[in-house]
Amino acid sequence: MEQNQKKSILIVDDSELNRALLSDMLYDDFNIIEAENGVQAVAILQEHELEISLMLLDIVMPEMDGFDVLAMMNNKGWINTIPVIMISAETGSAYIDRAYDLGAVDYISRPFDERTVKHRVMSNFMLALKQREMSDLLVEQIYQRERDNKIMIEILSHIVEFRNGESGLHVLHVSTFTEMVLKHLVLITDKYKLSQADIKTIVNASALHDVGKMSVPDSILNKPGRFTPEEFEIMKRHTVEGEKMLAAIPSRRNETIVKVSAEICRWHHERYDGRGYPDGLKGDDIPISAQVVALADVYDALTSKRCYKEGYPHEKAIDMIMNGECGAFNPLILQCLMDLQAELKEALHSASPTETLDSGARDNVEHMLKASGSDVSNRTIRLLEHERMKFRFFASLSREVMFEYVTSPEMIVLTDFSAEYLELPEKIPNPAESEFGTRVFDKADFENLLSRIKSTTPENPIVEGKYLLTIHGEQKWNKVTVQALWSDDAEQPVLEGALGKCLDITEETEEIQQLEVLADKDQITNLLNARAAKRTISNILSSPSENEYALVFFDLDNLKRANDDYGHLFGNKLIKTVADRMIANTRTADICSRFGGDEFVIFMRYKDEHQIERIFRAITNEKLDGFTVSVSMGVALSSECDGDYDALLRMADQAAYAVKKSTKNAYKFYNALTEAEKKLTQ
Amino acid sequence: MTVQESYEKMGGDYNDAMSRLRADDRIKRFLIRVAEDASFKNLCDNLAAHNMEEAFRAAHTLKGVSSNLSLTRLCKSATAITEALRGRTEYGSDLEPLLEKVKEDHALTIECIKSIE
Repeated sequence: MEQNQKKSILIVDDSELNRALLSDMLYDDFNIIEAENGVQAVAILQEHELEISLMLLDIVMPEMDGFDVLAMMNNKGWINTIPVIMISAETGSAYIDRAYDLGAVDYISRPFDERTVKHRVMSNFMLALKQREMSDLLVEQIYQRERDNKIMIEILSHIVEFRNGESGLHVLHVSTFTEMVLKHLVLITDKYKLSQADIKTIVNASALHDVGKMSVPDSILNKPGRFTPEEFEIMKRHTVEGEKMLAAIPSRRNETIVKVSAEICRWHHERYDGRGYPDGLKGDDIPISAQVVALADVYDALTSKRCYKEGYPHEKAIDMIMNGECGAFNPLILQCLMDLQAELKEALHSASPTETLDSGARDNVEHMLKASGSDVSNRTIRLLEHERMKFRFFASLSREVMFEYVTSPEMIVLTDFSAEYLELPEKIPNPAESEFGTRVFDKADFENLLSRIKSTTPENPIVEGKYLLTIHGEQKWNKVTVQALWSDDAEQPVLEGALGKCLDITEETEEIQQLEVLADKDQITNLLNARAAKRTISNILSSPSENEYALVFFDLDNLKRANDDYGHLFGNKLIKTVADRMIANTRTADICSRFGGDEFVIFMRYKDEHQIERIFRAITNEKLDGFTVSVSMGVALSSECDGDYDALLRMADQAAYAVKKSTKNAYKFYNALTEAEKKLTQ
Repeated sequence: MTVQESYEKMGGDYNDAMSRLRADDRIKRFLIRVAEDASFKNLCDNLAAHNMEEAFRAAHTLKGVSSNLSLTRLCKSATAITEALRGRTEYGSDLEPLLEKVKEDHALTIECIKSIE
């Protein structure tokens, strides 16, 4: 083979032995890709359509048989570019006829021999290769011809501008403007029946709008001052003269491009209100082509520098047009102008002539190729391969689960990493019933995701959501982001599939939860702070329960003296020690809190007074560095507060205050306070 | 035993295989894979479970494999059962002798393949 790079052959057969035998005969000359059933074959074609030079296809297979594969290849248009040779033990003419009818190029019956297989593969391959070369050549020629045509039109229109002393960009600006406005116009209204081809014709024809100026004498055309009425009449005649020139082209007057050019020439100075020239046409009596070119002409005249004026900035020009200072226009076209402001500014101030020329020609070539169903060039294949490599590389780096959703035949395609990570195959047919759609995703979640994808639009293709996925048997929160892929058919877009990724946000969520816990803790003692204690205790009080609870409130009797005598750090140490003693002498279900400063709260199931006595002693019995730990403690019981946390806290606080005002270093129950003691704190 | 001798013993056509596959060592390599091929077991299992469609496919594959290697005797019995299974939806006792024949021929074929040096 003339090229070093081996071409790929796809062998589709459910018997591994058969595939191996064929592969053994062909691997010297070709790169072999294997598929063990029709579904796999279609998945491979989906991805590698452009690289596969030929296909060997068995008929009797599980999942999807050879005829179904051929039908799918017809449906997708692959049959036009990939020659298919059937290999089957079926020799009945019904089978063979059906295969040929579905577009197979050849039929080899089993048992096959090496020479036949090699010979037929090679000859069909060479035939397809020649076809491909011819089509590349054709592409090149169409491209060249389109380019030449466009150059001729541009030369002609530049001659006009040249006489006019203009920059040469006018024609370019008018055609760019016309194209953008027309493409937008068909999106906002279906009033004007314009196909993509019609738009292309108008855009090309727009270049000739001023060709009639060839008939205007230099002295008038380039006069710097105002025209006299007579001069203006002559100037106005460039519309009619232009149409005449085009109508006079002997054998081409019926060509669409000539007709459209003629109507633009004649009517691009008409006004929507009927006050234009030469015919005073009104409203949609003026062809839409001429209406759009008229606005393009005015806009470019305003923004360009001329021999008699400076150019206005883009925004000022739009304002003047919208205010009706520069003529009367179709409101729909003005709507386009408003919608496209930003894009027009960008396009008209950045376009370089050659770029536009090339992109226009390329569009045309692509259009013609689509229409003729021809093949794409090798360059495109290389570009695609390059893109795919890039994608794989980034996908493998990111360590994220990424997938592609294909609508027809419906399947999910995972990246190498994702497949390995999820322990699933890369190609997953019938996703809604698959492990991916029922195990990794919850079944209902997956159906929800699919229906959200289906209800996107080309303008709004992104779907985002938090889904709980099951990965390696663990539930993980993932942020799933999906971009739907719509065909670029402006009138009837079709959902072709979607690209998606799942980002594990479990850690993020856990971190937030941890932060929430941290926010509940007092920093010095690690006890709950007052806010968290209130929330937790209120919860317990408000839920129905037979249990009696005690709220124990206390503060240190002589913290100020401790700070004065032993220093500020000792104060902190004292507070920590009290906290540690609280924790050590309560159960984990009890709630210990530092309320702030030297105030503490314990909330716990109440048994009897001994319990309180024990805790009081545990906190105060032992000295700290020779300093006597002394607290004033008040106790209130939940049966007295009717579920009201604030009331319960206030009662305990009152009891503690009563201690403070008497002996200190003791505890009292609220229900044991005298009336006088109760009033102390009021 | 040589490849050719084993073909004679198992009722295969060595010359036909040679004319199509064109290399003795290739034939030998693929004979060994016949011994590992799953289609015979699939046929037996699916018939036992009365999965008629699967059984047909397995028989069909066995037929293809044996015909490609010119295992004439096995191919003949595989073809017989393939045709009996084509389009069939119900199991029937008429399949039993056909399966017995395939089992017998397959066993002989495997035995001969294993005796190749």
